[in-house]
Amino acid sequence: MKRLLSEALAELGYGGRISLVETDCLVSCRQGPSMMFLPGGKVYQILTTENFTQIVGDLIHKTEHPSSPLFNAPQTEEEIPDIEDIDFFRQQQLIVLRNRGHIDAESIEEYIAHDGYGALHAALTTLTPEAVIETIKDSGLRGRGGAGFPTGLKWEETAKYDRHTKYVICNGDEGDPGAFMDRSIMESDPHAVIEGMIICGYATGSTEGYIYVRAEYPLAITMLQKAIDTARDRGLLGRNIMGSEFDFDIHIYPGAGAFVCGESTALMFSIQGKRGMPRIKPPRSSEAGLWGQPTCLNNVETFANIPRIILNGADWFKAIGTEDSTGTKVFSLTGAVKNVGLVEVPMGTDLKTLIFDIGGGIRGNGKFKAVQLGGPSGGCLTEQHLNIPVTFDSLQSEGAMMGSGGVVVMDDTNCMVDVARFFTQFCVDESCGKCVPCRTGLTVMLEILDRIVTGEGKPEDLEELEYLANHIAATSHCGLGQAAPNPVLSTLRYFRHEYEAHIVEKRCPALVCTNLIRFDIDENACKRCGLCARVCPADAIVWEKKALPVLIKDKCIRCKSCIRVCKFGAIS
Amino acid sequence: MNHMNGNCPKLYEERGYAMKHELLMEFTDKQIEQVDELIRKYRTIPGSLLVVLEEVQKVCTYLPMCLQRYVAENMNISPSTVHGVVTFYSYFSTVPKGRRVIKVCSGTACYVKRSQDITNSLQQHLHIKDGEVTEDGEYSLEEVRCLGACGLAPVVMIGADTFGLVDPEKAEEILLKDKVEESHVG
Ligand SMILES: Cc1cc2nc3c(=O)[nH]c(=O)nc-3n(C[C@H](O)[C@H](O)[C@H](O)COP(=O)(O)O)c2cc1C
Ligand code: FES
Repeated sequence: MKRLLSEALAELGYGGRISLVETDCLVSCRQGPSMMFLPGGKVYQILTTENFTQIVGDLIHKTEHPSSPLFNAPQTEEEIPDIEDIDFFRQQQLIVLRNRGHIDAESIEEYIAHDGYGALHAALTTLTPEAVIETIKDSGLRGRGGAGFPTGLKWEETAKYDRHTKYVICNGDEGDPGAFMDRSIMESDPHAVIEGMIICGYATGSTEGYIYVRAEYPLAITMLQKAIDTARDRGLLGRNIMGSEFDFDIHIYPGAGAFVCGESTALMFSIQGKRGMPRIKPPRSSEAGLWGQPTCLNNVETFANIPRIILNGADWFKAIGTEDSTGTKVFSLTGAVKNVGLVEVPMGTDLKTLIFDIGGGIRGNGKFKAVQLGGPSGGCLTEQHLNIPVTFDSLQSEGAMMGSGGVVVMDDTNCMVDVARFFTQFCVDESCGKCVPCRTGLTVMLEILDRIVTGEGKPEDLEELEYLANHIAATSHCGLGQAAPNPVLSTLRYFRHEYEAHIVEKRCPALVCTNLIRFDIDENACKRCGLCARVCPADAIVWEKKALPVLIKDKCIRCKSCIRVCKFGAIS
Repeated sequence: MNHMNGNCPKLYEERGYAMKHELLMEFTDKQIEQVDELIRKYRTIPGSLLVVLEEVQKVCTYLPMCLQRYVAENMNISPSTVHGVVTFYSYFSTVPKGRRVIKVCSGTACYVKRSQDITNSLQQHLHIKDGEVTEDGEYSLEEVRCLGACGLAPVVMIGADTFGLVDPEKAEEILLKDKVEESHVG
């Protein structure tokens, strides 16, 4: 698309007047490819080769008549929306994602033109390290990586130790499957992360920084490396930054694919070239972290908030969000909603606003069933929780947590037992194997869940699951094992009837668990359209015009194609 | 390891020779040269094992036992440490991969959009299981964790190309698309 556009613009002689910039994820991913025109912020969605000429006309029109109120070329039927007017954006408030799509992430000039490195300058020239820490403490910023530890306290703790060398680490491991905000921040605004880290280095007295990025994010690594190199060329990294005699440099460390390496102590072992296995705390990392030296580790989103707080002040930040959870949070909204994508809203926004106003509700004709928050460490919530404001602490008592901000919406085609099994499988695969409850306990839980989804569950299995889950949560060594039973516990709490349907009635209400589907055709629901017979890859369904199809069970390969095409839900 | 052979140069030489010989059955001279280069570059930097292994895997595409032993010997690290690291991280592979690696995302967002069915259908289509290579060495299939493109779930990657919103009913179509796209690039 970009190539086509630039060719067309060049041909018409506008190559030098309109510049095309590649950005990261602009609107909802489903409306892509998309494009925004600045100034003004008009958003073109779903670019195709057909509407393309028209858009070029539009762009040229606007460039020639900058003040013209009419933005659309006359032949456009639907009005092109302003970015603020798209439902998806109306309720959002952008701090961390404010530069996304507005600046060219590869250009340090554009970042600087948008107040970039202004906070660093202010900190180095007018603030003492103590004053920086005081501001961050006062702002109430809490870590966005999941645990919500007050960032200012962590910095103060690290600053306290008077040892050389201290380290700053940015945690870009983003292991929660279904969350991709850190990736987006690193790719679309890498300088914000870097600036945050330098400020942290100044405040804590550290001289070296590491960014630990998942190997699955090669583009993020490239963007960050470029940003680091240009910053170094400008004297923003390296020795004597901005003439302040403060030295700081940053290295990128590509991870190698292990969820548990998101845990702070495991991550540090990984940087030291070892297996990423968490260790017992204390000592905290702020006392003995990387190579045994004081280390301050924060999440990508946490760092991206820092420059804004320094520039606008703690009071500005505190005014956003709730009393205990200040500022905004980026959520990655996925699953069965209409608008999927990244959304940044003030802390304390409720789930209903997230899912129904911003997310546009459930896609297709499905019905909302559950929402999963916090990834493998979080839990599933139901309709009754939609009005709870989401903060660090508000969901704990309900068995879920905000975690890193993954929000997966599920409708009635998702089986909750299967989802619980999925997360347990994930934790079994990712357990580092160091402690017994997590290594063996989770495996036994998985065996029980496997039995249930294949129809061999026993009534006493549920109690056994609960017993194991509580023990694993209480006795595991690190956060992975302690939180791993959450998906099972929360589904047992709110969707016990689904477990019981699997165990007692040997039936999967959502028709997901293949072994529990009987492939019976309901005579009354069936409209005799014959679609099922046509899609069956095994020729297991015999159908004659206007007659009830007959399913030959010996031939059936249980692929569920028929269930998916049947519009009347007649096969179960 | 080196210190054990320190006072017996002959034995050491023979071992080194045997190790190289073993490597040459799997890799080319050029690849081994590049590996040597990497080891020279990193061997004095503490904690660089992961980076070395990542780079070596880029050169050799996979890390069989003989290569792990070779790296261990030359980095002066015990083979068990190297093996421990290789088997801990999912990024490392101890078996060869296909020319094009198909990665089916099995992260949460993709899972609830039935990525499982995509894997099943590709398995049937290519006659391989998760982690295996097709007979002609063209494709290998992997289930991977979140690719960070959840907005486009379900997501499949083939080589460096990402396919979003894959229809689980027609999963095999992406193989055709991949062929077309590849021939375009040349
Ligand atoms: C199993 C496990 C996985 C984690 N994964 C991540 C992760 O992918 N990204 C992250 O920022 N924090 C992750 N954390 C949380 C970190 O341990 C740490 O609390 C956080 O990065 C601190 O930064 P913050 O204070 O800015 O949130 C994980 C924790 C555990 C126990
Ligand atoms: S879950 Fe598949 S890309 Fe994130």
